[in-house]
Amino acid sequence: MRLVRLWPENSHFDFMRFRRFSFPLSALVSVATAIMLLTIGLNFGIDFKGGTLMEIQAKSGQANVAQIRQTAESFGFGDVEVQEFGTAGEVSLRFPIQAGGESAQTAVVQKARDTFSNEYDFRRVETVGPRVSGELVQSGTIGIVLSVIAVLFYLWFRFERELAVASIIGTLHDIVLTIGFFVITRHEFNMTSIAAILTIVGYSLNETVVVFDRTRELMRRYKTMPAEELLNLSINTTMSRTIMTATTTALSLLALVLFGGQAIQGFAQVMLYGVVICTYSAICISSPMLIYIGLRGSESVKVSEGRAAAAE
Amino acid sequence: MLRFSRPKIIATVGIILIGLLLAVPSTMTREQRQAFRNAIPSWVPSWIVPSRAIVLGLDLQGGSHVLLEVDAQDLMRTQVTTLRDDVRRILRDTRVSSQNGIQTVQRGVQIRVPDAADRERLLPRLRELSQPTGNAVLGQAGGNSIEINTTPDGVITLAYTEIGVNERVRRAVDQSIEVIRRRIDSTGTTEPSIQRQGADRVLVQVPGLQDPQQLKALLGETGNLEFRLLAQQGATDVDMLPMQDAGGQRVPVERRIIAEGGDLTDAQPAFDSQTRQPIVNFRFNIRGAQRFGQATTENLGRQLAIVLDNQVISAPTIQSPITGGSGQISGNFTVEQVNNLAVLLRSGALPAKLTIVEERTVGPGLGRDSIEAGKMATYVAAIFVVIFMFATYGVFGLIANIALLVHVGLIFGLMSALEATLTLPGIAGIVLTIGTAVDSNVLIYERIREEVHAGRSIVSGIQAGFDRAFATIVDSNSTMAIAAVILFFLGSGPVRGFAVVFILGILTTVITAVTLTRMMIALWYQWMRPKVLPF
Repeated sequence: MRLVRLWPENSHFDFMRFRRFSFPLSALVSVATAIMLLTIGLNFGIDFKGGTLMEIQAKSGQANVAQIRQTAESFGFGDVEVQEFGTAGEVSLRFPIQAGGESAQTAVVQKARDTFSNEYDFRRVETVGPRVSGELVQSGTIGIVLSVIAVLFYLWFRFERELAVASIIGTLHDIVLTIGFFVITRHEFNMTSIAAILTIVGYSLNETVVVFDRTRELMRRYKTMPAEELLNLSINTTMSRTIMTATTTALSLLALVLFGGQAIQGFAQVMLYGVVICTYSAICISSPMLIYIGLRGSESVKVSEGRAAAAE
Repeated sequence: MLRFSRPKIIATVGIILIGLLLAVPSTMTREQRQAFRNAIPSWVPSWIVPSRAIVLGLDLQGGSHVLLEVDAQDLMRTQVTTLRDDVRRILRDTRVSSQNGIQTVQRGVQIRVPDAADRERLLPRLRELSQPTGNAVLGQAGGNSIEINTTPDGVITLAYTEIGVNERVRRAVDQSIEVIRRRIDSTGTTEPSIQRQGADRVLVQVPGLQDPQQLKALLGETGNLEFRLLAQQGATDVDMLPMQDAGGQRVPVERRIIAEGGDLTDAQPAFDSQTRQPIVNFRFNIRGAQRFGQATTENLGRQLAIVLDNQVISAPTIQSPITGGSGQISGNFTVEQVNNLAVLLRSGALPAKLTIVEERTVGPGLGRDSIEAGKMATYVAAIFVVIFMFATYGVFGLIANIALLVHVGLIFGLMSALEATLTLPGIAGIVLTIGTAVDSNVLIYERIREEVHAGRSIVSGIQAGFDRAFATIVDSNSTMAIAAVILFFLGSGPVRGFAVVFILGILTTVITAVTLTRMMIALWYQWMRPKVLPF
C-alpha cells in the first residue's frame, strides 16, 4: 500500500528567506489591525456589551423577518439587530442594553415573549446586565494577559531566554491577527471568543515549542553552525510533523464548522483560521526572530550549554 | 529495549479498562441507570459499580440560569432602620434624650447627647449593638460590625464598618439561598440548583424550565408582609406608602407593626365564597394571633393596612375583632398573583431585594439539536482523522487510532467519575481534542522515522523515537495546559466546560499516546518481527 506523504523527506528548504516577506507583511497586518481595532472596533456580543439576545423559531417553519424587525423596533428598546439563520425559520434578535440598571433589562424579554410567543418558539433567551458584562470584560482581559505571562515564565524556565522571548513574540502576533479576524469578519466577540483566543495561545506555543525543542537539540549537536542554517534545519526536520498536526486539527475543526451547529460554528471558524496563523508564525516569525535576538545568547548561556552537552 | 513485561501490560490494560468502564453510566438514561443499579446482586460492594454520570449543561438539556445579586443598598437601608429602632429603644431605656432626634447618616445614625453623665450611661449599652464579626473558631480575623465615634461636644455616630457591611451581605446571601430554595420547592420544580457565587450573588439553575417568568416573579419580591393600621388624621409616626391599584397615590400608614410575615404559620390561595375573587387565606402563630386579636379589638371600625414590600396591597375595614388567628387577604388579584403571594408568605421574606443581573434560558429543542449536531461533528471528525492517520502511517496509524478512541473514551470516563458538566463548548473541546491528541503520536512516529533513516535499526529507532519525543510532548502539552487552566479559573458556565474537557484531554493523552501506543507497538514488533519500518 502506498502511504500518503504531505511533506518530502530530507527537505532542505530555505525557510529563513521568507522573513523578507513575512516580517513586513505581519508588521503591516498588525498595525492595520491595531488601527481597525481603534476605528471600527470589535463586534461585541452581549457578554461584554450587555443587552438581550433571543433566538426564536417560527412554528410554521417560515419566519417573517421584515415583520419581526418592524414589530421589534416599535417596542422602543433601541436599535434591534434581526438576523435570519439556518433553514428552519430561525431568527436571532439582539437588543441593546437598556438604561436604568439591572432590572430594566427584564422588560425587553417580557415584551418580546408577549408579542412573539404565539407564532414563534423561544429557543434561547440571554440577558446580561451592565455589571456582569463589565466583569466579563475584565476577566476576559485578565485571562489573556495572565496566560501570556504564565507561559512566558514556563518557557523561561524550560528554555533559554532568547527562545522564550521569540515564542512570546510569535504568540502575541497570533493574538493580534486573531483579533484582526474578528474585526474584519464582524464575528461576534464574546466569552467563547476568549476561549478561542486562549486555545490559539496554547496551539501557537505548541507549534513554536516543537520547533524550538529541536533547535535546542541541534544547538548542542552542532556548536558552530550559523544560526540561519541551524534554524532552517530545525524547521525542515520538524516540518513533516507540523503539517500532519495542522491537518488533523484542521480536519476536526472542519467537521465542527460543517456539522457543529450555529452556536459552535463561529468558534470553529476562528480556530481554523488560528491553526493556519499559528503554523505560519512558528515558521516565519518566531524562528527567524531568533536571528535578530541572537540564538546563542550571552556568553554564560554558551558556557552552561557546553557543560550540559559535555555531561550528556 | 522494546519489551513490555506481562505485569506491565496487565496494569496498563487494567487502568484503561477501569477508565472506560467509568464512562458506561453516562451512556444510559436515568431510568436505565436505576435499573442497572438494582440488577447488581447485593453482595457486590456498591463502590465497585460505576454509578456516576456526566451532567449535561443547561445549554444542552435546556433550562434557565438566573444570576441574582443581593441589593446591598436595600440591605443597608433595612439594617440602618433596625439600628435606628435599637438606638431609640436604648435611649428610652436609659432615659436619655437626644437633642436633635436620631439622624440618618451614611451607613448609620447620629444622635447628640451633650451631657457627659448621660453619655456615660448610654455608651456601654450602645456598644452592645456592635457584634464582633469573623469566625473565632476558624481563627478568622474579625473586627466590630459597628463603629461608634464620639465628639467632645456630644455627637455620637454609629456606623456600619466595611467588615460589618460585608458580614451582613454574606449572611443575607445565606438567608436568601434558604428562602429561594423554599420558594422554588413549593412550586414543585424538580432539581433546582441554588448556589452562592462570589460575595453577593446567588446562581439559580433550573433544568427544563422554558419560561423563567414565574421564577423571576417569585424571586423578584422580597416578600416582607406587615400588618399595620392606616393612620388617623394628625398622627405623627407615619410612613407615606403607595397604595396598589391607586395610580401611585400614597396613604399614611402607622409605623407600628401589629404582626408580620414571620408570625404566619400557613398561607394558601383560595377564592372568596361571595365575590369569587382570588384571595389568600392565612393562619397566625400564637403570638401573632394574640397581637392581631388585641389590635383588632382595640381599633374596631378603623382601616387595617396590609403592607407587602412597602406597598399597601389591601386596606380592609375592621368590622369585628379577629381573634381566631386566621384571616384573608383580598385585593385586585389574579389567580397567578395569589398563588405567588401564598408561596412568598409561606417561605418567608428575603433579607434584601434581589436583582437579576444575568439570565440565560435555552429551550429543550435547541438543547436537543445541539447534542445531535455535536454528535455528528464528533463522528465526522473521528472518521476524518482516523482515515488520514491510517493513510499516512499504515499499521502505526491504526495503533494511533486505537489510542485515539481510548483517549476519547477516557475523557468521558474521567468526566463521569468527576460528575463534570458537559456543555456545548465542551463538545467542541472533545472534537478539537480528536485533532490534537494524535499530535503526540505524530511527534513520536516522525522521530522514529528520522532515527531509522539516520541508520538505526527498527528496534533502536523506535526506542529512540519514544525517548526523544517525550520531552517535546511534555513541553507542548504543558503550554496547552497552562492556557486551559487559566481558562478554567476565569471562565464561567459553558466556557468552563470547554476548559475541563481540554485539561482532561491533556492528561489522558499522556497515558494513551505514550504508554498505550508504546505497548501496542512493542506487541506488534514481537509478533511481526518486521525488517523495515511500515511507513
